[in-house]
Amino acid sequence: MRYKRVAAVAMMASLALSAAACGKEGNPTPSGGNASGGAQSDQCTTSGVTFTPKTDVNVAGSPTFQKIKSAGKVTIGVKFDQPNLGYKDAQGKRCGFDVEMAQYIAGTLGVDPAKIEYKEIASANRETAIKGGEIDYYVGTYSITDKRKNDVSFAGPYFVAGQDLLVRKDDSSITGKDSLKGKKVCSATGSTPIQRVRDENLTEPNNIVEFKTYSECVSQLLDKKVDAVTTDDAILKGYAAQNPDELKVVGQPFSTEKYGIGLPKDDKALRDYVNDQIEAAFKDGTWQKIYDGTLGKSGSSATPPQLERY
Amino acid sequence: MAEFLRVLTDNADLFREGFFNTVKLFLIAGVGSLVLGMLLGAMRVSPVPALRAFGATYVNVVRNTPLTLVFAFLVFAVPKLDVNIDYFPSACIALTLYTAAFVCEVVRSGVNTVATGQAEAARALGMTFGQVLTLIVLPQALRAMVPPMMSVFIAMLKNTTIAAGFSVLEAGAIPAYMSERGEPQFAVLLWITIGFLILVLPLVALQRFLERKWAVAR
Repeated sequence: MRYKRVAAVAMMASLALSAAACGKEGNPTPSGGNASGGAQSDQCTTSGVTFTPKTDVNVAGSPTFQKIKSAGKVTIGVKFDQPNLGYKDAQGKRCGFDVEMAQYIAGTLGVDPAKIEYKEIASANRETAIKGGEIDYYVGTYSITDKRKNDVSFAGPYFVAGQDLLVRKDDSSITGKDSLKGKKVCSATGSTPIQRVRDENLTEPNNIVEFKTYSECVSQLLDKKVDAVTTDDAILKGYAAQNPDELKVVGQPFSTEKYGIGLPKDDKALRDYVNDQIEAAFKDGTWQKIYDGTLGKSGSSATPPQLERY
Repeated sequence: MAEFLRVLTDNADLFREGFFNTVKLFLIAGVGSLVLGMLLGAMRVSPVPALRAFGATYVNVVRNTPLTLVFAFLVFAVPKLDVNIDYFPSACIALTLYTAAFVCEVVRSGVNTVATGQAEAARALGMTFGQVLTLIVLPQALRAMVPPMMSVFIAMLKNTTIAAGFSVLEAGAIPAYMSERGEPQFAVLLWITIGFLILVLPLVALQRFLERKWAVAR
C-alpha cells in the first residue's frame, strides 16, 4: 500500500510538472526587425575610415588588456537594431557610428577589425555582461550615469545626444515635449526616456506605450497606434533616415545623454588609455569622419564633445 | 541586506504598479480562460461531431502556437486590418485565448476519468442530460481537474510576464526599469521571484482547500 502511495505521488508530481511545462512559455523574444527589416532598403553606410591595428601596444596594469592580448581577439558588446548607430544589415555586416567607434578602439588596442567578436547585448543586461567578463567593452548608446558607475566604468563621452521625438511626417500637432498631452508616446520598456515622460507627466499614464525594441515602436507609429516615439535623437535620426517619406524628427531635444564606452569597473588603466585614444580621434579628425559617414547622413552636423575623465 | 531592502523601498511605486497589473491581468485572463476553456472542453466531449471537431482544431492550433506569437499577432498584425485594440485588452485576449486551450484539455481529461458506464447507468435510471451532468459526471470530474487546473493557472500567472514585451507595465517589465535606474539586477530579480512566490501561495492554498473539500475515501 505504502509503495503504491509513493508511486502515485511521484506520478502526480511529474504530471503536474509536465502540465506546467506545457503552459510555460519560452523567453519573450523581441520580434524586432518589424520596421527595420523587410521591404525598406537596408543601406549600410560606412565612413570609409580604415582601422589599422596598432603594433607594440601595452596597457600596463590592465587585466582586460592582458585578456585581449592573450586571446588575440576582442569581444565587444553592441546594439544591432539601431540604423546608423549600431546596426547589423541583411548581409550580416555591422555598421554605424557606435560600431565604427568600437572598431577604432579595437584597432588602438592592437586588434585587427577582423578579429572582433561582436555580442548583441540588450540594454538591461549591459552591466551584467561587463561585470561577468562576457564582453571586454561595450559601445552602444550607453549613457554615463552615476548609478551605473557603481557597476562599470566609462570612457568618454564620445558623443552627446538628447531626448527627442519621432513623429509621422504629416503630423504637425507635436512640436516638442509640451505638446504630448493626449498623445500616445512609445519607447523601449523602462528606458530613461520613457521614465522621464512618466515622471514629468508629459502625457497621461495610459498613453505610455512600451516595447522591447525601438523598431517595434516605429512599426506602431507607422500603423498609427502611437503618435510619437521618444528616445535619444541619434537613434531617432537613424529611423527617420530609413523612412524619410513618412517620418521626421521634431528636433527639440529636452535632455542630455552622454554616451560612454562601458568598461570593467576596476580597470582604470584601460579607461585612461581608451580616453587618450578617444581624444586622439577627436583631434586628428577620425571622429569627424566617422560621424559624417554615419549619423551625419541624416543631415545634422556635430562636433566632438568634451571628455570627462575620472 | 540593507541594500537588498533599499532596492524594494526606493522603488516601491514601481513594484506596486507592476505587481498590481500582473494580478489584474491574471484575474481577467483567469476568468476569461476558465469560461472559454470550459466551453471548449464541453465541445470536445459533446455528442455533436461538428463541435468536437471545432474544439479539437482550436486546441491543436492554439496550444501549438508560442504565446509570444499570439501576442505579436494581436499587437502587430491586427492593426494592419484597421482594428485597433488597446495594449492591455490585447494582453488579456492573448492570455485568455492561449490558456483556454490548456483549460479545455484539463476539463476533457477530468470528464474522461468518469467511466462511460456511469453516465449510461444514470441514463438508464431515467436521469435527464442535465441531471447526469450535475449529479454524476461533474462531481467526480471536478475532483480530478483540481491539480492540473492549478498547474495551468500557475503557469498562466508566470506567462503574464510576456505582456511586458507588448506594452503592459507588469512585473516582467520591472527589471528593465530597474536596470535603467542603475539598481543591482540580482536584488531586483530576487524581489520579483519573491513577489511571484507570494502570488502563487493563494493558488496553492486554494488547491489544498478544494482537494480536501472534494476528497473521498477510495
